[in-house]
Amino acid sequence: MKLPFAIAAALLCASVVLAGADEALKGIPAPPGHVFKTIYSGYQFRTAKTRALQDDDMQNPGFLAIDRAADLWNKIDGAAGKSCASCHGTAEDSMKGVGAKMPKWSAALGKPVNLEQQINICRANAMKATPWPFKSQALTDMTTFVRFQSRGMPVNVQIDGPMAPWFDKGKELYYDRVGQLDLSCASCHETNVGLHMRADLLSQGQSNGFPTYRLRDQRLIPLHERFQGCMHDVRAVPYEPLSDEFLALEIYLAWRGVGLPVETPAVRN
Amino acid sequence: MAENKPRIKLPKEAGKGEIVQIKTLITHPMESGQRKDADGKPIPRKIINRFVCEFNGKPVFEADLETAISANPYIEFFAKVEDEGTFTFTWVDDDNVVTTAQEHIALKA
Repeated sequence: MKLPFAIAAALLCASVVLAGADEALKGIPAPPGHVFKTIYSGYQFRTAKTRALQDDDMQNPGFLAIDRAADLWNKIDGAAGKSCASCHGTAEDSMKGVGAKMPKWSAALGKPVNLEQQINICRANAMKATPWPFKSQALTDMTTFVRFQSRGMPVNVQIDGPMAPWFDKGKELYYDRVGQLDLSCASCHETNVGLHMRADLLSQGQSNGFPTYRLRDQRLIPLHERFQGCMHDVRAVPYEPLSDEFLALEIYLAWRGVGLPVETPAVRN
Repeated sequence: MAENKPRIKLPKEAGKGEIVQIKTLITHPMESGQRKDADGKPIPRKIINRFVCEFNGKPVFEADLETAISANPYIEFFAKVEDEGTFTFTWVDDDNVVTTAQEHIALKA
C-alpha cells in the first residue's frame, strides 16, 4: 500500500511536532522507484542530547566496543595461528566500504551473507577458530568495528542478479502483518513515520546505524536482535537471528535506506 | 570480558597555566541494585563508586558515583596544567575492582 503524498504530508507535519528537534528533519532524496520520496536516518528522530552522544566519539559508548574489537582484530585465535590482521592487515584500509555493502552474495554458499556471518566464516575457515555466538560481546564488537570502518559512506546493497529473490522475500516479510497485534514493519515504519507510539517517535526503521548502542539496553544491539524485538513487540514468534528470513529482511531494509551514511555505532533509544 | 581499557581524551600538550578539558569513558554495567532478573530475584548492586584523577601524584578531580549513573559512565572535567607530567585515572567499583590508566602531557615550548 503506497501513499507517497500522504506520507510526505505526515512527515511535514511530523517535523513540526518532533520532540526536541529544533529544525526540520534532514533527509536525502530517494532514488527513482524507491518506496520513500525522502529517506531519513533514525538519527533525525532522536532528541538533540541523544544526537550529541552519537556525534562525540568520546561520549559515544559504542566506541568502547570498537577499542575492544581493535585489540581482538590483532589477537591470534584458532588452530591456524592467525588473527584477522594476518589476512586483512589494517582494518582501516581493508574493511573500508565493506560494511556499507552488506549483506553480499556468497558464491561459495549460494546465498547472501551478512557481516556477522562473514566474520564467523573467516573464523571457521581461515582461522580454524570457534565461531562467535550471535549476541556475544565479541561478535557484536567485531561487527561494530568492521562496519565502523565504513562510517560516513553511503549504504549501497546489491539487490539484482542472485540477490533479487532474497530482496523480494525481504519485501514480502516487511509488509506481512504478523502477531497477535497483526502489524507489519510497514505499519509503524512506513504508515506512521513521525508519529508517536507511546513515548517513542517512530522513525523509518532504517538500519544504517547498526549495531546500535541503545540507551534502553545500555549496550550495542545487532540488527537481527532488533528484528526479534520488533516481532516480540507485536506478539509474533520472532524468526531466529541469522535465519534466511532475517537475512532477506536485512537486504530489503538496506535498500530502503540506500544512500544513507553508515552511522555505526549509532546511539538510539 | 577482556581487561577493561578506558577511553581517555586530553591534549598531548598545553601552555603553562592553560586549562584543559579531560574526557573519560569506561565500560561498566553500573548495576543499580534496583532491577530484578527474569525469575524475580534482585540483581545485586555493582557500580563504580569512586573516580579519582591525579596529576604528578596530587589530586585534581575526585567523584563519588551513586546508583543513578548509567552504564559505561562518561566523566568530563577540567584541569589547570602548570607543569608537564602524568595524569593518572582510577576507577573503583563496589567489589574493589580497580582500573587505572595514565596519560602524559607536555608543556608547549
